[in-house]
Amino acid sequence: MRISLFITCYNDTLFPATGKAVVSLLERLGHEVVFPLEQTCCGQMHFNTGYRREAYPLAKRFISIFKDAELVCIPSSSCVAMIRDYYRVLADENSDHTMTSDLDTLLPRIFEFTELLTDHFRLEDVGAYFPHRVTYHASCHGLRSLHLGDKPLRLLKNVRGIDLIELQDADRCCGFGGTFALKNAEVSTAMLGDKVRSILSTRAEVCTACDNSCLMHIQGMLHRQYAGVRTAHIAEILAAEADR
Amino acid sequence: MSREVVLSRVRSALSGSKTEALPATPAYRRTGILTSEQRLHMFEERLGEYGARVFQSSEPDLRERLATVLIEGQKLKMVHPPGLPESWLDRRISWTADAPGVDGLSFTQIESFDGVLTAATVAVAESGSIVLHHGPTEGRRALTLLPDYHLCVLFSHQVVETLPECFERLKGSATRPTTFISGPSATGDIEMTRIKGVHGPRFLDVILLSP
Amino acid sequence: MSLITIDPRKAAPFPEAAAEILHDTQLRKNVAHATDVIQRKRAIVVAEKDDWQALRDAGAAIRREALQHLDTYLEQFEQQFTRAGGHVHWALDAEEAQRIVLALLREAQATEIIKIKSMTSAEIDLNRSLAANGIRAYETDLAELILQLGAELPSHLIAPALHKNRQQVRELFAREMHLPNLTDDPPALAEAARLYLREKFLKVKTGVCGANFLVADTGSVCIVESEGNGRMCLTLPDTLIAIAGIEKVIPRFSDLEVLFQSLPRSATGERMNPYTSLWSGVTPGDGPRNLHVVLLDNGRSEILADAKSRQTLQCIRCGACQNTCPVYRQTGGHAYGAVYGGPIGAILTPQLFHLDYAQSLPYASSLCGACYEVCPVKINIPEVLVYLRSKVVDRQRGKLASVFNQERVGMKMMARIFLSRERFETAQSIARVLEKPLVGRDGWIHWLPGLAGRWTAARDMEALPAQTFREWWQGRGKQ
Repeated sequence: MRISLFITCYNDTLFPATGKAVVSLLERLGHEVVFPLEQTCCGQMHFNTGYRREAYPLAKRFISIFKDAELVCIPSSSCVAMIRDYYRVLADENSDHTMTSDLDTLLPRIFEFTELLTDHFRLEDVGAYFPHRVTYHASCHGLRSLHLGDKPLRLLKNVRGIDLIELQDADRCCGFGGTFALKNAEVSTAMLGDKVRSILSTRAEVCTACDNSCLMHIQGMLHRQYAGVRTAHIAEILAAEADR
Repeated sequence: MSREVVLSRVRSALSGSKTEALPATPAYRRTGILTSEQRLHMFEERLGEYGARVFQSSEPDLRERLATVLIEGQKLKMVHPPGLPESWLDRRISWTADAPGVDGLSFTQIESFDGVLTAATVAVAESGSIVLHHGPTEGRRALTLLPDYHLCVLFSHQVVETLPECFERLKGSATRPTTFISGPSATGDIEMTRIKGVHGPRFLDVILLSP
Repeated sequence: MSLITIDPRKAAPFPEAAAEILHDTQLRKNVAHATDVIQRKRAIVVAEKDDWQALRDAGAAIRREALQHLDTYLEQFEQQFTRAGGHVHWALDAEEAQRIVLALLREAQATEIIKIKSMTSAEIDLNRSLAANGIRAYETDLAELILQLGAELPSHLIAPALHKNRQQVRELFAREMHLPNLTDDPPALAEAARLYLREKFLKVKTGVCGANFLVADTGSVCIVESEGNGRMCLTLPDTLIAIAGIEKVIPRFSDLEVLFQSLPRSATGERMNPYTSLWSGVTPGDGPRNLHVVLLDNGRSEILADAKSRQTLQCIRCGACQNTCPVYRQTGGHAYGAVYGGPIGAILTPQLFHLDYAQSLPYASSLCGACYEVCPVKINIPEVLVYLRSKVVDRQRGKLASVFNQERVGMKMMARIFLSRERFETAQSIARVLEKPLVGRDGWIHWLPGLAGRWTAARDMEALPAQTFREWWQGRGKQ
C-alpha cells in the first residue's frame, strides 16, 4: 500500500528517529511510504491553547495536503485526536461545508501508527527484536480519545527479547498537556514526578508510549535526575531488528 | 418580576437551538433477571454489607420473631406508627403508638424510645434499599429518624431487584413524602472511609417474611 | 493560607495558588489518599453494572432534555409544588436570593437556622449574609461542621473536608467542642458530632438546604445524603427553605431510576447512599408546614444560551471528575479559588462570572479526558475547557497589552511559520543555530530563557537533532 506519512511538526524537528523507524517498519512490511514535504502542523497546539482562529487555516492546510492520500499514518495519538475530534468543530464554526465533506472522506483513511498495524493490517507481530526491559505509558489521547486499548501492548508483547513490565498507574496523565507544561509548570512537574516514580519502580531501562510529547516530558526529568532510564517511541521498538 | 425575567431569559437562551431526538427505548436494564430466591439473597447480602441485619420469618411466626429480636437486642420500649397490626405487637415489649396530627408524640418523646418498628412500601435488592412512603404503617418521617434503632418488617413480595422496578411500583404514589433507606446512617467525610452512624438510626434490622 | 478564598474575584490565578499549595505536604497526602480510596470504590461498583454505559447515556439524555425545555419544566415544577402547599420564589442573582431568604427568615422570626450542605448556598454566600443580619447558621454535615469550626473553606464537591485527616479533625473537635479526651478514631469523632448537633436539630425551627434534584412532573425536591442530618433538617423544623439552581430540574419522577444508580456510584463509590428523601409540597402532620424553594439563575441562563457550553449545566454534582482528575489530585480544591473547583469548576466557575474572572481555570487542565470518562451524565469537559480557552483568548484580541504578551506573540509567530513549508524549514534551521550556546556538553539544554524557562526549571531538553526528519527524507533521494 501507499502510505502517506504525517510525521507531525514536533517529531519532524525533535524526534526524526521516530519517523525513520516508522518508515523502516512500513517498508519492511512491504509498503511504500510517501512524505508530502508541504506538511507542517495539525494545529493542535493553537486549538488547545485557545487560538482557534489560527488553528483553522492550519487544519485546512493539513486536509489539502492529505486529501488524496490512500492512507495516512501518524505516529502521534494526540495529533490524531485533534484531527478526529476537533477538525469538524472548526469546519462547523467556520461554516465550511467543503471542509466538512472533505473530512467525511479523509477521516476514515487516517490512522495512528499502532492502529494502522493492528486494525488495518491486522498485525500483532511485526518481527521486532528489542532485548530490553520496557514499560509502557498510556498517553491520554491514545487511551481516551482513540480508544487504543491494549493495541500497543499486544504489539509490544510480540517483540522478541523484550522484558515487558507493567507500569503502575499507566493510565494516569504524565502532566505534559501541551502548553499546560508551561502555563501550569508547577502542577505539571508534580504530576511528572509521580509518573517518573512509577517508571523508576518498574526498574525498566526504557519507557515507551505512542506519543513523543509525553516521552519528551518524561525523558526531560529522567535525564535531569541522572536516572539511567531512557524513553523511546513505540515505533522505534517495533522497527528494531536483530541485525541492528 | 424576577420570575418573568428568568423564564424569558431561559426561553430566549433556548430559541433557535435544535431539539435532539431522544432514544425511544432506554438501553439500561429495567427488569430483574434473578429468581425470587436469588433476589432475596442479594437483598439480604447487600443490606448486610451496609451493617444492617436481616432476619427471616414466616408470617404466622412474626409476632414471636419480633419479640425475640427485640428482647435479645434489649429494645424493650418501642414506638410504632398508628396503622401497624396489633397482632405484631408482643406484650413482653412496651409499645407506644404515635398518633397522627397534633396529637402525635413530641420529638423528645420519640427520642426516648429504644427504637421504632415499621413496615415498608418496597425494597430494592440491587441497591440494598428500603423505601418508605410514610403512610399509616410506616409513620411520619420523624418517627424513623429520631430513634437510634429501626426495625423494619418486609414481605418478600415487596422486594424487587432493580431500581426501575422499584420506580414502577412507586408510580401511583410518587407525590407522597418518600425516604430511601440503604443501611444505617453513615459518613465518609473523614478520610473517605464509611463509618457508621452520625444522626439517623445507627442500627437497622429487617425481618423478611417468606412467601 | 493567604491565597485561599472561594471568591474568584479575589482569588489568585490557578498557577499561583497551586504553586503555594503544592508545598502543603499534609494536604497532598490527604487528597491523594482520599481520591485513591474513592476511585477504587467507584471502580468496583461501576464494574458490577453491565449497563453502566447505557446508564450514562440515559443520564445525559435526561439532563439534556431537561435543559432543552427548561422553561417548561421549571413552570411545571412550580405548579406542582405550589399546588401541594409549597411556595416557589425566583432569584435573578445571588443578591436577590439572599434577600428572599432573609425575608423568609424574618417572616419565620428565625435567629438561627440549621443547614444541610449546599454548594448553591455557598455560591450565594448565604452564611455571611445571614451573619451580617444577626442570624446564626449551623452547618450540620460532618464535613461542613469541620470546616465551620475550623473557619475553613471547602475543597471538594462531595467531601468538602477531604483535605483534612482524622488527626486534624480530632484536634479541631477537641478544641471547639471542649472534649480534651477525644480520640482520633473516626467513630469517636462521628459520635462527638452527633451529640453536638443533636441539640440543634431538636431546637432550631428553621432549616435551609439545597436540592440534588427538582422533579417537574411531581413537584418534588430530592436530597441525597449519608449522615441523616439532611433528614433532620428537612423533617424537624417548621420552616424549610431549599435553594436550587434552575438547572437542577429533571422532567420525571421515573428519571430518578437512572440517576439514583449513577449518582451514588459516582459520588461515594457506593451502590446507594444511606438516605435519599423526596417531598412534594406540604404533608400535614409530617414535616415542615412552611416549605419554600428558591430558584436561582445567577448566570445559568447565560450558560444555557451558549450551545457550545450548555452541557456544563448537565452536572449532577457527583464529584467524580474531581476524584479522577490528576491535576486535582496534586492540588485539592482550594487552588481553584471558587465554590466549584476541579474539572467541573474549571468550566462552571468562569461561566458563572461571565468570563470576567477565573480566566485561568480553563487552563488548569492537561486535557487528559479522565473527567469525561467518569462523568455519569457525559459532559465533555475537555471540549468545553478548550472552548472557554478560545473565549478567553478572543477577549484579549485587539487589546494593546496583548502585543507584549509572550504567549500571544509566540502563538502568532508559530501560526505564520506553520502556514508555509519554507518558513517552517527556515525556522527549524534557525532554531538549531539559536540553541547552540545553550547546549551543554552532554548534548542537552539545561536552561532556557523566558516562558520556555519554566520547562527547564524541572526538566532537561535534548538539543535539536542535527538533521530533521524531512532533511533525512530528502537526503534519501526520494521525493
